[in-house]
Amino acid sequence: MNGLRLLGAGYALPQNALDNEAMTKYVETSDEWITSRTGIRQRYFCGEGENTTTLAIEAAKKALADSGIAKEEIGCLIVATSSGEYAMPSTACLVHKALELPENIPVFDLGAACAGFLYALDTARAMLLAHGAKHALVIGSEQMSHVLDMGDRNTCVLFGDAAGAAVFAIEEDAEYAYVCGTRGDLAIQVGGPRREMPMTMEGQSVFRFAVSTIPATVSELLEKTGKTLEDVDWVICHQANQRIIDASVRRLGVPAEKFYKNLDRYANTSAASIPLALAEMKENGRLVSGQRVIMCGFGGGLTWAGVMMKV
Amino acid sequence: MTFESLKEIILATVSCGEEKVAPDAKLIPDVCADSLDAVELAMAIEDKTGVNVPDDIMPTFRTLGDLLAYLEEQGA
Repeated sequence: MNGLRLLGAGYALPQNALDNEAMTKYVETSDEWITSRTGIRQRYFCGEGENTTTLAIEAAKKALADSGIAKEEIGCLIVATSSGEYAMPSTACLVHKALELPENIPVFDLGAACAGFLYALDTARAMLLAHGAKHALVIGSEQMSHVLDMGDRNTCVLFGDAAGAAVFAIEEDAEYAYVCGTRGDLAIQVGGPRREMPMTMEGQSVFRFAVSTIPATVSELLEKTGKTLEDVDWVICHQANQRIIDASVRRLGVPAEKFYKNLDRYANTSAASIPLALAEMKENGRLVSGQRVIMCGFGGGLTWAGVMMKV
Repeated sequence: MTFESLKEIILATVSCGEEKVAPDAKLIPDVCADSLDAVELAMAIEDKTGVNVPDDIMPTFRTLGDLLAYLEEQGA
């Protein structure tokens, strides 16, 4: 099947933790309002000297160390991000330099918003197959605070900065299934590298999109593999809003315990949320070798993607 | 569609108390806490009835009775 196996993961958080009370400095809101409508209690924002690249480098170093793979063995590096410092060089090129990875490998950024990490994961698999390489470093890193409109209370309280990274090996007998899609839509927008336009989001249509996409993606993966949710240990969704996950669970009619949630502490970290969850679950012992997981991303584009694999 | 069948969908979808589900109850905030709850309810109604309930039409219904009238008009 030539699937992927997770060898190691790591995450990085910036220095400034802001609880909901801290957000009242920017907009008229309250802890009660944010918590009850989103499930978010805290987010991290970059401070002096921190950005998408520094977070990506820190997470990547941890993932490499966790994997036990030497940097010379990495055959592909992809960074999923919508908030890099430059249009060029790519964030991936800066990470590549910092980690002193081999020169003759594909290294690039990939933009698929909050579904970016899973798009990058499947692209990395294709690159490994195409180049006959064995290991890929895949990163999701975002400085969302850099693209937010801090005067818009409907969006600025929802996001946070973070990076997550993972090292994967391609293996002939590893289980792997992937689905993805795109529906051109301006419901979520972020300006270009000059940040002349901060983020805007149509909350209701994005909610409807997410709540229909998660169950559809999970069902499609199960159908494709002939598995049921009983065969799956964890469903790791993009962490956008607790109500999106809760509504998706209700629509699927499945136990909520299988759906990992950490957005109360990190808010929506866009492309970083799924690798951040992977690394955190590995660290806290919830994710152990041999477990079968479904990962499901959805976001701006509108894009979505799902992966089923064993870790 | 009867009020009872609408009530059944509401209670299975949003977390309001049963006592709040009455024909003269305000759609928001008596039954749905906010606009996202209203979207989730609209999706559940679509699943059960096949009637299209666009997000922008939900806020135009003042009461549950208004929503029921719309659904009946659409053939639910």
